[in-house]
Amino acid sequence: MPQIFHRSSNTIARVSIYGAAFILAGLGYLGWRVNFSSYYTNVGVHDPQPVPFSHKHHVSGLGIDCRYCHVSVENSSFAGIPPTHTCMSCHSKIWVNSPMLEPVRYSYFTNNSIEWTRVNALPDFVYFNHGIHIHKGIGCTTCHGPVGDMPITWKANTLYMRWCINCHKHPWRYVRPRQYVFSVTYKPPPNQDALGRRLVKEYKIKDATQVTDCYTCHR
Amino acid sequence: MDPVIEEKPSLVTPESPWIGAGQSYASVTDKIGGIVLTEKTPKGWFLGFGIAIIFVLILNMAISYLFAVGVGIWGINVPIAWGFAIVNFVWWIGIGHAGTLISAFLLLMRQKWRTSINRFAEAMTIFAVMCAGMFPLLHMGRPWLFYWMFPYPDTMGVWPQFRSPLVWDVFAVSTYFTVSLLFWYTGLIPDFGTFRDKAKNLFVKKIYGMLSMGWRGSAVHWKRHETASLLLAGIATPLVVSVHTVVSFDFTIALVPGWHSTIFPPYFVAGAIYSGFAMVVMLGIPLRKFYHLEAFITERHLNNMAKLLLATGFIVTYSYVMETFMAFYSGDQYERYMMMNRMTGPYAPWYWLLVACNIVIPMTFLWSHKIRTNTVSLFLIATTVQIGMWLERFIIVVTSLHRDFMPSAWGMYYPTKWDWAVLTGSMGLFLTLFYLFIRVMPAISIFEVRELVHKTVEESAH
Repeated sequence: MPQIFHRSSNTIARVSIYGAAFILAGLGYLGWRVNFSSYYTNVGVHDPQPVPFSHKHHVSGLGIDCRYCHVSVENSSFAGIPPTHTCMSCHSKIWVNSPMLEPVRYSYFTNNSIEWTRVNALPDFVYFNHGIHIHKGIGCTTCHGPVGDMPITWKANTLYMRWCINCHKHPWRYVRPRQYVFSVTYKPPPNQDALGRRLVKEYKIKDATQVTDCYTCHR
Repeated sequence: MDPVIEEKPSLVTPESPWIGAGQSYASVTDKIGGIVLTEKTPKGWFLGFGIAIIFVLILNMAISYLFAVGVGIWGINVPIAWGFAIVNFVWWIGIGHAGTLISAFLLLMRQKWRTSINRFAEAMTIFAVMCAGMFPLLHMGRPWLFYWMFPYPDTMGVWPQFRSPLVWDVFAVSTYFTVSLLFWYTGLIPDFGTFRDKAKNLFVKKIYGMLSMGWRGSAVHWKRHETASLLLAGIATPLVVSVHTVVSFDFTIALVPGWHSTIFPPYFVAGAIYSGFAMVVMLGIPLRKFYHLEAFITERHLNNMAKLLLATGFIVTYSYVMETFMAFYSGDQYERYMMMNRMTGPYAPWYWLLVACNIVIPMTFLWSHKIRTNTVSLFLIATTVQIGMWLERFIIVVTSLHRDFMPSAWGMYYPTKWDWAVLTGSMGLFLTLFYLFIRVMPAISIFEVRELVHKTVEESAH
């Protein structure tokens, strides 16, 4: 009886058996990497904006407080996107003829909002409140990254549930004294662990079993 | 080359209970292999396959509509949130159990009568588990997120709820399917080797050549094959008991009267084997008749399976009696009401039909040797058992839920046409897979029957 397979079939068969395990593991790893890549999460991507607004210049350079523009961050779920009027409070006096600011002036005079490209967005099924995080000592930069160094704003974290849960499980690793919440230069001290645990107690941050309950965020 | 066929011919001279007279290695191979390696597919096959395919199309339609619209097309609603989907799931997964019992348990027990029924019983297991596995997914609100049930590194940072029996189900069923598939495939390898050598067409040769994974029939191959089969049998044997035990936990862990009962695990396992053997009988009898396999599936085989039906039927009967007794003995008014409601409430006709199908008919008639060995009567009794076992799950799921603690929360369950479409469609899927199986794979294990010929001849020589 003639051979129906070539000699190489033996090698191919063996390689395919061992290879299948590695290929499957590789595919799983690839899926994981794609899920966490900036292609998928938009982290670190500089989206074009109608006006190239620089947080670096306004926050670090000029020292304007976060709350000057994001007025409702302490009291509301939404931090607030400033109305054009806020921009014009300065830009009616300085850089009045800058071509870069043309969309701002157009918006101001025609009463049409500037359509910013949203950078940080949570899905609607998540109940998120900025105010409570500010009051429990979570700094702006903890979630939004080094805003003071951003010439164009980018997303600093995935905002995946895994990322939220990580802090809700271990708040002492991220909490800071309240007076530094709006500081863009704040660095966690070497004794963060001890300080964090003290602040968690002081600010009455609830324990992990409570703040990781489903209904905490999905109401 | 298949050395086994070339050896000195052994003939089964006096008829053995397990194999017909006049069988030799070659005749076994030709008879069983001939069903697959033939140009002519019987007309009856096309007829049966065609009917089964129609039901697959119905299933396809029902599932497509379900995915588009949601589970609202079914009759389920609070308080009966578990309808046909869970009934069918438990029924199908139970049917699979006989295959595992035959292939694993009887292998370890060195029972000769497993040889000619194990292959199609294992196929039955796999197809039944496939049908079963479909239902919990269809029953989900968002079936495309079914993989959330597995603990995989997700972006949400949460695990499945390991304290929920529904998660145990996922592990039980997926383990069961994997082990059954491996066991089945391992058994098929030598037979695929035979097909590769016997086939005339080069394409067919190549297909079976790949499936046989380089099987040469050497002594080393046989030794490894034997070891692998025994190891897999060892792994599969506890699954006969554990899978349906876990399925019963879906009910017992809950507090609902009629579910919250310690008798459920053994009761479910016995019921599973009961319905499983009924299914083996229902598949074996037509298979034997239409392909003229009386020499392999003998009267004695049918008789043995019927006796197993009788034995497991008694365990099931005992469980029904105990369940009823405990409801009264507990003194718990909800348990008592549940039992009275089953017997006299709105679903009472179905309860009594269940008692008739599962207890009265089989327990009365299976005592008779004549009825056990008559294919028509045995087939009919197996059918009533199958209906009865489906009704049992219906009664457990629906009557327990429809009237629990608070009368204000009582309700009724009426299946819709989509419920029926999915149930009949799953039967169509099962039959389609089974028709394909008997057309392209050996429905009876060739090498094991050859081994049986060898042993029978040896024994009669002494």
